[in-house]
Order: sequence, then C-alpha cells, then structure tokens
Amino acid sequence: MPYAVSFQQVSRHFGSVRAVDAVDLEIEPGEFFAMLGPSGSGKTTCLRLIAGFEQPTSGHIEIFGETAEGVPPYRRNVNTVFQDYALFPHLNVADNVAYGLMIRGVGKAERTREAEAALEMVKLPGYGARKPGQLSGGQRQRVALARALVNKPKVLLLDEPLGALDLKLREQMQEELKVLQKALGITFVFVTHDQGEALSMADRIAVFNDGRIMQTGTPEEIYRRPKTRFVADFVGSSNVLSPQLTEKLAGVAEWSSLRPEDIRLVTDGGHEATVTGTSFLGSATRLTLDVAGEKINVLLPSGTRVPAQGEGVRFSWNSDALHLMGAKA
Amino acid sequence: MSIAAAPAAAAILPGRGGIGGALSDAFWRSPKLLLFLMLTPPLLWLGVIYLGSLFALLLQSFFSIDEFSGLVVREFTLKTYGELLRPSNLDIIVRTVTMAGLVTIASAIIAFPIAYFAARYARGRWKAVFYLGVMLPLWSSYLVKVYAWKLILAKEGILTWVFEKLHLTFLIDGWLALPVVGGNSLSVSPTGTFLVFVYVWLPFMILPVQAALERVPGNLLEASADLGASPSQTFRNVLLPLALPGVIAGSIFTFSLTLGDYIIPQIVGTSHLFIGMAVYAHQGTAGNIPLAAAFTVVPVVIMGIYLWLAKRAGAFNAL
Amino acid sequence: MRSDKQNSTPMGLKIAAGIGLAFLHLPILLIFLYAFTTEEKSYQFPPPGLTLKWFAVTWNRPDVWEALGLSVRVASISTVIALTLGTLCAAAISQTKFFGREAISLLVILPIALPGIITGISLRSAFNLAEIPFSFWTIVLGHATFCVVVVYNNAVARFRRMSGSLIEASMDLGADGFQTFRHVILPNIGTALLAGGMLAFALSFDEVIVTTFTAGQQATLPIWMLEELVRPRQRPVTNVVAMVVVLVTFLPILAAYHLTRDGDQISGQGK
Repeated sequence: MPYAVSFQQVSRHFGSVRAVDAVDLEIEPGEFFAMLGPSGSGKTTCLRLIAGFEQPTSGHIEIFGETAEGVPPYRRNVNTVFQDYALFPHLNVADNVAYGLMIRGVGKAERTREAEAALEMVKLPGYGARKPGQLSGGQRQRVALARALVNKPKVLLLDEPLGALDLKLREQMQEELKVLQKALGITFVFVTHDQGEALSMADRIAVFNDGRIMQTGTPEEIYRRPKTRFVADFVGSSNVLSPQLTEKLAGVAEWSSLRPEDIRLVTDGGHEATVTGTSFLGSATRLTLDVAGEKINVLLPSGTRVPAQGEGVRFSWNSDALHLMGAKA
Repeated sequence: MSIAAAPAAAAILPGRGGIGGALSDAFWRSPKLLLFLMLTPPLLWLGVIYLGSLFALLLQSFFSIDEFSGLVVREFTLKTYGELLRPSNLDIIVRTVTMAGLVTIASAIIAFPIAYFAARYARGRWKAVFYLGVMLPLWSSYLVKVYAWKLILAKEGILTWVFEKLHLTFLIDGWLALPVVGGNSLSVSPTGTFLVFVYVWLPFMILPVQAALERVPGNLLEASADLGASPSQTFRNVLLPLALPGVIAGSIFTFSLTLGDYIIPQIVGTSHLFIGMAVYAHQGTAGNIPLAAAFTVVPVVIMGIYLWLAKRAGAFNAL
Repeated sequence: MRSDKQNSTPMGLKIAAGIGLAFLHLPILLIFLYAFTTEEKSYQFPPPGLTLKWFAVTWNRPDVWEALGLSVRVASISTVIALTLGTLCAAAISQTKFFGREAISLLVILPIALPGIITGISLRSAFNLAEIPFSFWTIVLGHATFCVVVVYNNAVARFRRMSGSLIEASMDLGADGFQTFRHVILPNIGTALLAGGMLAFALSFDEVIVTTFTAGQQATLPIWMLEELVRPRQRPVTNVVAMVVVLVTFLPILAAYHLTRDGDQISGQGK
C-alpha cells in the first residue's frame, strides 16, 4: 500500500524565501496527521502543495502513489477545509455542500440527498436553505467540513480549522473531528500552531520550523523525547537546559529537556534553587526557579505549599524525566 | 451514511476533456498566458489607441503652422510653444488658472459642512439621503445643470426676481458694476461663470472630503476635547489636517475639470477665452492644430505638477 | 461609541449642510418647473402660466427622437465594450500580482482624470491622421474609453471584498477555471458589474465634451442640447428635453446605488 501522501526532497521557494526546504514526509493512509509549527514555518505551504494550490520548486510529491506535481487542484481527489471556511456567499448551505457534486455532474436529486446526509453527519440537519451569512462561526466550520467530505476525498486537508472558534467550541470540535475521522477512515492532514490541539488529536505529528521538519513522531514521542531544543520548547514549553547545567545536574554535557510537571520539590537531597516568581494557573501553580543562573519552570499541583519569592528550595525529578538531546541540538 | 463507504476512487482524477478542459489546464499551468490574454484587449484599447492619440497630439504641438498657406509644417520646432507666451495667450492661461483656483477654494468651503455632517452626524436613513443627495447631482446631466443656471442667472430669471422681492436689486446692480467680476447681467459676467463652475464640480469635492472625514476616528476628537481643546481648536488642529488629503483629492477634480472645460464659459460668461475655448477655437475654425495641441499641454503640465504635489501630501489614499 | 455631546448636531453645521444640499438640488428642480411654462421667448420667472403643450410638441419633434435614439445606441454599445474591458482589467489587476499593475490602473483612470477636451482633441486628431471618417463608431470609441473606468472601479472594489480563498475553494472542489468563473466569480461580481454598467451608460448618455470632437454631423442628445443652448430655437422644447434627461439619468443611478448597497451585504461573508 503506498503512502497517502509522500514528499521527497520537496522545496518551495518564493524568491529568496525558502517557505519549504527539502522536506521528506510520509503520511500513512487513514492516519490523522498534524503539521505543527509557528506561523511562517512552512506547514501551510506544505498543505497547499498537497492541495495543488502551490507547485514545488523542486522535489517529488505523490498522493496514493500517483505523481501530483503538475496536476491542478481540480483534478486531485483531495479536499480542503479552509481557515476562513471560504463558503460561497451567493449559495445557500445545501448548494455549498453540493458544489463539488454539481461540478462532477451528479444529478440534482442525488446531490440534494447526499448534501443532506453530509449535513446530518456534521450535526446540521435541516440547515440547507440558509445562507452562510446566517450561520455562526462554528456552524460555518461544520458546513465547510460537510462540503469537503461529501466528495469522499482520498485526503482531507484542514488548515487551522478551529482557529476562529472559542475555547469550548474548539474542544468539542476536536472531539467530533477525531470520531469522524475514525468512522470514515479518510486520511486527515491537519495544520495547526496549537500544540495542545496537535497532541490531543493527531496519530502522528510533524513539527515544522523555518521550512523544515524538525521531528516527526507520535504525540507521545514528540512530547517525551523531543529531538531538538526547538521541539522541546515549542511543544509544551518544556525546560531546555544548557549542556553546562545538564552536566551540573546529571553529569552529561548535552542539551536536555525537563518537563515542568516532572519536577518536584524535596526537603533534602536534589539540587538547590531560588524561587524568582510564582503564578497561579488554576489547576496548578507555576514556579520559576533560578538554578545556577538559568531559569527552570516547575508545575506544582494545587494543594501543595507554594514557597515565597526569594525562598531557597531543593528540587528533584524522576530519573527518566530528563531527556538528553545531544551536544548540538 | 453513504459517505462512510470507503473511498475507492483514484487520487488523481482525469481531466474534464474537451476544449474547455484543455484551455483550463493550459491557463492553470501558465497563469501568465491568462494574464496576457486578459490584459491584451484593454491595453490595446487604452495603451495603444488612447495613449497613442495623446502622444500624437503632443507630437503635433512641436509642429508649426505656415502663416501664409495655413498648412501644418511637419518639422520639429518650439515656435508654437513660443506663441503661447504671447500676452493674449498668457492672459488666457492666467485667467483659466485663476478661475480654477477660486472655484477649488469655494468648492472646498461649501463642501466641508456637507461632508462633515454626512460623515459624522448622519446615520441610517439620513446617511443614505446624503449619499444620494450628492450622487444624483454628480451624475445628472452636465448640460442640464449648466442650462439650469442659464435659467437662474437670466436677467428675467429667478435670481433677479428673488432680489427684487427682497428689495435688494441694488446689490446685484452694484456687484455687476464692479470691474473684472461684473458685466451686463449675471449670465454674461465672470461671476456667473464662477457660480456655474462651483455648482457643477461641487459633488466632486464633497465625496473625497467625506471619505477622508469618515476615516477620522470619533475618539480622536474626544481625545482632543479631553485634552482641553475648544471646538474651534479641535477643528483647526485635528480635523482640518486629517481632512486635508480629502480636500486635495477633491481639488484635483475641481481644478482639472475647470482647466479643461470650454462649454460653461461659452454658455454663461463673457467673450474672454478660457484654455478649453482657445483649444476648441484653434483646432476648429482656425485649423491651427499645433497651437491647439500646445494649449492642451498647459493643463496637463499644470495638473502634473499639481498631482505630484498632491501625492506628496498623501491625497491619493482618499480617492 | 459616541458621546452625547456629539449626538446633538451643532445648529450652524446643520444649516450649512442643509443650504449646501439645497444649492445642489434647487437648480435641477427649477428645470422641472420650466418644462411647464407658457413663456416661449425668454426665461421669465415666475412663469406667466403653466401648460402641458410642450410635451406634445417635443413628442412630435423627429430631431429629438433621432438624437435620443443615437444616444441610446452609443451608450449601449459603449457600455458593453466598457464592461468587457473594465472587467478584464479589474480581474487581471486584483487576482494577480505583476510588474506594472500601478501603471495599468493609472492608465484606466487617465481618460477621466485628464480634462475631457484633451481626450477629445487627441482622438479627433488621431482620426484625422489615420484618415478615419467620423461615424457612429468614432463616437463609441471615445465614449468606451472613458466609461471603462467606472466599470473597472466597481469591479475592483468587489474583487477586493471577495474572499481570495473562494476561487481556491472552487478549484479544490473540482471546478476548473471556466467552471469557477461561471459558478463562483460571476455570481459574486455580477451586481457590481451591473452597477458599473449602469453608471457607464449614464456617463455615456450624458457626455458632450469628447463627443463634440468625435462626432461628425450626427447629434447625440447632449450635442442637440448644446446647440439649443448656444443658438436657441424653441426654448420650451429644450426645457422638456432637459427634464426628461434628468429623469432618465436618475433611474440607472438609483438602481446602481441599490445594487452595490445590497452587494455590500452579500459579500464579506467569507469569514
């Protein structure tokens, strides 16, 4: 079985800007794949390369084993949920959803039936007669999803689809998208800058920075065993310790990452530090410690005593929590 | 759910086929081809026919006319431009530019309260009334507007009648007796010409000023008042500078339109020529195309300088 | 959003704005009154009497009908040309980025930015140089040149408000360029084009300065009126024609206003 999407040394340059730089990428069929990274890291360009809105400057792209470069977007059996939804303002919801079927020449009756089924699937039954302008942001998002899925694409691309929704709605949609993806078995490729979203939804994640993929792996791998300082810092704001500090604390002169929730305060043993700041986060309290001139964040579970600013404390961690990333991460 | 059926179709679909499909693919593959095809007709029309005509006209201003035969001599010379500097021709230029300047100033003064009201106070229905109230006169027939003023300014017309009823006829008579601005009646005086010019071009001033004023955030004025400025100080120091780009944008229209007009001074005004009338006369009955061409260069040069100054003042953002 | 202080409009401003609007409209209303006057030889005010007679006289004047017919034909064809050229230009300018965009938008605006007399005389001398005789088509050529800009302006404004991803969305859903144009672009810019077309029609219908240079012996309605203004023959007929012209130009302007206003509500829903 070929990969759903595969990139071989794909680059996309805009003038002197290397938006995507020699990227290798393999996405398995049926996978929920997230492309995570800050804005301008090349993740959206990668998505647009799959959709066909951009063409690679060099390299080779395959979709289910078929060469994709040079193929216009309208001939790719790939559909996109756009960041701004891009619903057609002049068409009602049903016609929006049925647009792809209409273009393919599906008859009116069948079109209407399939559109209504797709709307039902995204929990908007009976909304067909409304205009996109009459819908809330969350509803438009669902219509955009139905409009893409009704075509039964081989790959569904989602470009920050939850970015415009408020927190509660976003969490609900994350859950629904996951259920939907498992039920349909369609390969989802999902672009986001929200690490929490990527970790909770994706089967695998590619972390982008500066047009390159820093690391690809399961959420667990990315979270627990970041390969670079960037990944450690971007995914879950882990403490990144310099080789000097790591040598002092663990005896190895390498970069390392240490998650704030893995650190605990101890009464004796461990290492000395000074509290330079505290902030209450609700479910926990974040301490900022000064350790030999470097800052380390610690998450204290609620209920434990919070030391005062300027107080000297001792801290320790489970032996496997400190993750080494090599001398040149 | 029909959708849940596993997707079995190909990842890459075949093309639509036919000429439409092939053309579509070609355009997608080379967007430059599409751009080229889209731009060719308008560029041929505007770039070749229109600009070509303008350049041909410019070229002819460097020819001259043989004084005996009346034929155009097709040799490069600056002689025709020299003729522009004759006192009678200079007179025409000075008269036109002065008129354009006065018309622009008067339009700005009358336009400001209307634009200000429409931009800051009119809401909902009134906003629409004001918008249409400016748009309808702007778009309604130019000749009809000029004609209306011929009716108004006629000796037996409404203006004389109103002044008579108010027993103020002496005011009109006194004004008409003045040198330079006066004349036999309002419809054959420079004052009449001025009034019609202001009337006809006024909407062109209101719209950009209104657009500029609408961009002034309301809280800016409140901030100024908060800082202790009196309303007149706020007007002078905050509102006026912010509205100025709009005024300049509007003045481009009023100035340019006045410079080039030849119908208004012909219908309402004295026998003294304006640039437009001179151009019309020289190209028509006199058949002196080179001089007519040289005359048209005058407003172009003036407008060029004016636009350059306006651009430096940031007026184009208000267009 | 606004303080109470600002909600109460200053009296002076109200009066000044009111006088300004009256100044703009009273002269046009006066035309309506004069269309009914019994006075034939002068512009006497107040009219000595009112009559409907001149409407009948005007109705039976073949020269008026001829001029009107010519104006309508010229305006229709100029509008069609302006729609084509203006839309092409607007699409090219707003959908792509290329070197020289600024120059092209300047070129489109030039025919109305320059005084009409310059456009007129340069076209006339170009016709002379190329030995093209004056005809219906020389009038159309001049009119279409300055009508392009109103269509262009309307279309560019609509293109700008149209969410850029709509076209991508259409292609993503399987529509090629032509299908996207037909099913997405055209419905979205349609009302703007209609409005632009109507304004172009009004502009052409009313144009006199360029027309005096590009028309031969034929008279459009404005040319007919100009002749009446310079050498009046039957003043009351001119009055009636003036009134009809005002009414005829108001219709497309009002329609265009409504079309673009609704358009504002339609578009901008992409987000």
